[in-house]
Amino acid sequence: MLERHILGPIEALGQYVLLLSKAFRSLGEFGIYQKNLFQQMVRIGIDSIPIVALAGLFSGAVLTVQTAYQLESPFIPQSIIGSIVVPSMVLELGAVVTGFILAGRVGARIAAELGTMRVTEQIDALEAMGLNSIGYLIVPRVMAGILMFPVLYITATGVGIGGGVGVAHYGGFLSAGEFVAGARQFFSPFDPIFGLIKSFVFGFIITSVACYKGYYTGGGAEGVGRSTTEAAVLSCVYILFANLALAVLIL
Amino acid sequence: MIEVRNVYKSFGSLSVLEDVSLTVQDEETLAIIGKSGSGKSVLMKHLMGLIKPDKGEVIVDGTDINAVSYQELRDLRQRFGMLFQGGALFDSMNVFDNVAFPLRTFSPLPEDEVRARVRENLAEVQLEGVEDKAPSELSGGMKKRVALARAVALKPQYIIYDEPTSGLDPETSNTINELIRSLSEQSNITSIVVTHDMHSVLSIADRAAFIHDQRIRWLGTIDELHTAEDPVLNGFVRASEYQIGKPAAATNK
Repeated sequence: MLERHILGPIEALGQYVLLLSKAFRSLGEFGIYQKNLFQQMVRIGIDSIPIVALAGLFSGAVLTVQTAYQLESPFIPQSIIGSIVVPSMVLELGAVVTGFILAGRVGARIAAELGTMRVTEQIDALEAMGLNSIGYLIVPRVMAGILMFPVLYITATGVGIGGGVGVAHYGGFLSAGEFVAGARQFFSPFDPIFGLIKSFVFGFIITSVACYKGYYTGGGAEGVGRSTTEAAVLSCVYILFANLALAVLIL
Repeated sequence: MIEVRNVYKSFGSLSVLEDVSLTVQDEETLAIIGKSGSGKSVLMKHLMGLIKPDKGEVIVDGTDINAVSYQELRDLRQRFGMLFQGGALFDSMNVFDNVAFPLRTFSPLPEDEVRARVRENLAEVQLEGVEDKAPSELSGGMKKRVALARAVALKPQYIIYDEPTSGLDPETSNTINELIRSLSEQSNITSIVVTHDMHSVLSIADRAAFIHDQRIRWLGTIDELHTAEDPVLNGFVRASEYQIGKPAAATNK
């Protein structure tokens, strides 16, 4: 019991770190896996744009309506709505909403894909051919995550702010001009940089945790199901912790 | 030549191999037989370093494969072709790309030569016109044949077959056995066949190693198998619906 609860997670962490160090060491032969990187950038990044944009759009719109509702006072200038919505999207919502959506969409997909490859011996087949399966399967996915998550973050944040402006303007809360003026008033150039740092970290967490869970899947179809769920759930939990840690450390 | 020297392997508290020693001679076909769960597949995965032994050595052409770097091990693995039990075809690729995969990855061949080689390999396993199909569209026997075409694509020195006929009907099993035999005869390949199908053993193997209770209990030629006096081996062979000494069996070899 004690062994399972205390040593289990330590062993898992060790295995995860070892996997990543093997992945790092295989960067030297990246030329062979380059094609996979582009393929994964499309699957992880480009294919996720619609859902991420949709989530961003609604987050920005709802945030605007609720902020307007909370600040309904003749003593508060309406432009303050823009001052709240834009930094909230840039600092927090853009990255976190993207992270949660992709933990499900990308994390589960990677874990299911690699888990199935493991249980059907496709990973053994790669190794048996003399290929470095970690370099071939994991490096392109994690790199695609790190490279594409910032793009998705920018998409979610941009569309979210657009959604906020749209709802503010057409919902009769404040004009687009006022919204933008409010946003510019308190704009700090570091905010988007912080959001980008978050998205890099979230991209790494989601793809590396999913790769780890998928790569070490055992136990047939049930094992694949377990890995997939764990990849999605653990990615969300680690995103929450990383989110707090980054805010405390950097801001 | 592959030499397995005093190999021990256990998973947690479960001991799978104990003091296993075995030599696979060049150009022979050796069958590793035994009950399900006897450690055949674990022993097979040791032969190309997919599993490392807890103790003991595996020597391939004079190199201890567990004492070399990962890069050297990978180079060494290119001397092997392996047919996995379920085929292990990459389901993200169609049949053509599966067979072309080792050629595109490891050979300097230009794409038109790759295409010609893939067609040649597929023709060798009597499969034509399925190049564009996904592995999921193929029957069990077809999957094994595509996997066989992929395994021999780089003209390996050794081929390891993991349960090549399991789950197949008798006719398809015979086709696979025929393919394995013709491959080893044509290309002077050294073959290691892990199986519990005695019909397969008698059709294709020169020698057999019988694993029982984590050890190699019996090792000998197919002719010796007919006259072996080991009760456990005989029990296994009889249970496989083969009566030692039956003329039908003798004619298979």
